[in-house]
Order: sequence, then C-alpha cells, then structure tokens
Amino acid sequence: MVIFYALALFMIIAAIIAVETSDLLSSVICVGAIGFGGSLMFLFLRAPDIAITQIVVEVLGLIILIRATISRDLTSISGDREFFGVVVSMAIIGVIFLAGMQVLNSLPGFGTPIFSLLPNAASQTYVGQGLELTGAPNLVSGVILDFRAYDTLGEAAVLFTSIIGATVILRTKSRKKAKAGGSDEWTA
Amino acid sequence: MDGMTIIVKTIAGWVKILIFLFGVYIVLFGHLTPGGGFAGGVILASSYVLLMLAFGRRYAERNLPLPVASKLDCAGALLFALIAVFGLVIGSSFFVDFLYQQYLPGQAFHLVSAGTIPLYNIAIGLKVGASLFLVILSLSVWGKDTEPDMSAEEEEIT
Repeated sequence: MVIFYALALFMIIAAIIAVETSDLLSSVICVGAIGFGGSLMFLFLRAPDIAITQIVVEVLGLIILIRATISRDLTSISGDREFFGVVVSMAIIGVIFLAGMQVLNSLPGFGTPIFSLLPNAASQTYVGQGLELTGAPNLVSGVILDFRAYDTLGEAAVLFTSIIGATVILRTKSRKKAKAGGSDEWTA
Repeated sequence: MDGMTIIVKTIAGWVKILIFLFGVYIVLFGHLTPGGGFAGGVILASSYVLLMLAFGRRYAERNLPLPVASKLDCAGALLFALIAVFGLVIGSSFFVDFLYQQYLPGQAFHLVSAGTIPLYNIAIGLKVGASLFLVILSLSVWGKDTEPDMSAEEEEIT
C-alpha cells in the first residue's frame, strides 16, 4: 500500500513541476513522468495489459510527438561521442535480443494447452467458476467487467483521453475559421 | 442539397433504425450473448455514421448535436466510474459486484442478472458510441475546412 502513496506523491510533484516550469520540453517530460507513474501503478495492481497501453500512449507517444513537432532543443552528437552512442545502442539491442530469445524459448509450443502447465492459474478460476462468481453466462463480459475491471477502467480512460485530444486538436482549425468567418461555435 | 440520392436516403432511413436497435440489443444483452459495451457502442455510432453518409454532415449534426454527443461521452465515463465507486461505498472494495453479491442476485441466463455487469455495459456503450460519433464528425469537419469551396457553402447555410 505504501508504494501507491509514494507513486501518487511522485505523480503530484511531477504534475506541479509540469504546470510551473517555463521550459516546454521539461514540462512535457514531467507529463511523461506522470504517465510512467500511472503505468507503474497499473502494474502493481496486476493489470499488465493496461500498463503497456499506458506506457506506449503516455510516455513514448508524447515524447516522440514532441520531439517530432518541436524543431528547437534538438542536439546533434558528433565525434567520439557518436561512436560511443553507436556502441551503447548495439550493446542494448544485443542484450534485449538475447533476453527475448530466452523468453521465446520458455513459451509452450503452439497448440499446447497452457492450463495443463499452470494448474493454479487465474484463468482456471475464470473458466471454471466464472458463471457462479459473476452470474454472467458470457464469460468475456464476466472477465472484463468483473475479474479484470481495472483493465477496462484503464482502457476507458485511455479512450476518453485520446478522444479529448483528438477533438481539441481538430477544433483549433475550426475555431480559427469561426473567428474569421463568424460562423457558429459547434464545439462543447 | 448535400447527401446521396433519394433511393439511398429512403433505405438509410429504414436501416438506421434497425442498426440502432441492434446496437441497443448488443449492449443490453452483453452479459448473456457475445458482444458488450464496446461492440454495441461501435454499432450505435455506425448508425449515425450511416445517417451522415446518406444525408450529409449537417443532418447528422442536427440529429445529434456535437455538444450533446460530448456530454453523452462524459456521462458514460462518469457512470462507469460512479458504479465502481458505489462498489467501494456499499460493498467491500472498488469494482466489487455489490448488486450480484448482496441485493439482486437474479437468475442466470435472464436479462436481469449478473448485478452491475449490464450497468457497466450500458455505460461503456454510451461512451464508445458517443465518442466514436464525435471523432468521425470532427474528422469530417476538419476535412471540409481544408476545401475552400465547401466552407463558402457552409457559411451560406448558416
């Protein structure tokens, strides 16, 4: 329980810095830190799927978007440091490749029922006692809205945020036109 | 007059009701049959997209104005979180199915069963349908803005 309070404190501090700082890039990185804290929280709540979604959308998407759109603050590396950077990148790729090979080798073969390998897996409970515990004959609904409802909450939050972002980005054009042409304001 | 021909408009007017009803069915019976909030919401939104394609953007926007769609989107998200919080207040923990465990056990394979799962499905269906409609309509607005001829025509209408 302590870890959640620590993460919440970290996210609040990052949010305050993101609002207060004057540098745009630092502000964006702080917003990414908030998303990272949120994804760690989902991970400790045992919702790894939504943690992955959160980290992809919030951290990677945000930073890549900002790096692509802001042309200033770009630093180019040259000379010895470039060679060093290439060596470090190759080393990291090699380590990730080896770790990935280990993971793929440990996976069960294609078509092998995973239940027989993990007799105490959570999915055994979902399939065996799903109707009894949730009362829903549709097991998929029972799983996503009862057993794994945190995943659904996270997915709904991600969808909500992306819809807000899309409508805000698409609105600016229309609002400019509305200011110039004097037509109606259609947005909420 | 924007939109397609009168044949398409007539057929779309009938089919739209059936698609909408099918979406409502998928959302309401999400805990009994395959489907649920996400799939049903997409079907609900697609009925309005059909309306937009056949009758033009103005008609669809008059049928479901964007501020209303935005409020429905927010209401769905709020309803989803609110039922989860009710689980914390009334039941034992966040997201607990308090209706099924304490108040309304219902009977399996009946419409009123499974406690809060149908309510979650309704909230998600409302949210997904409204937000998808919002995005598609926003994209069509954005597409029209880039064409100068269309924007002149729009100003004439308003």
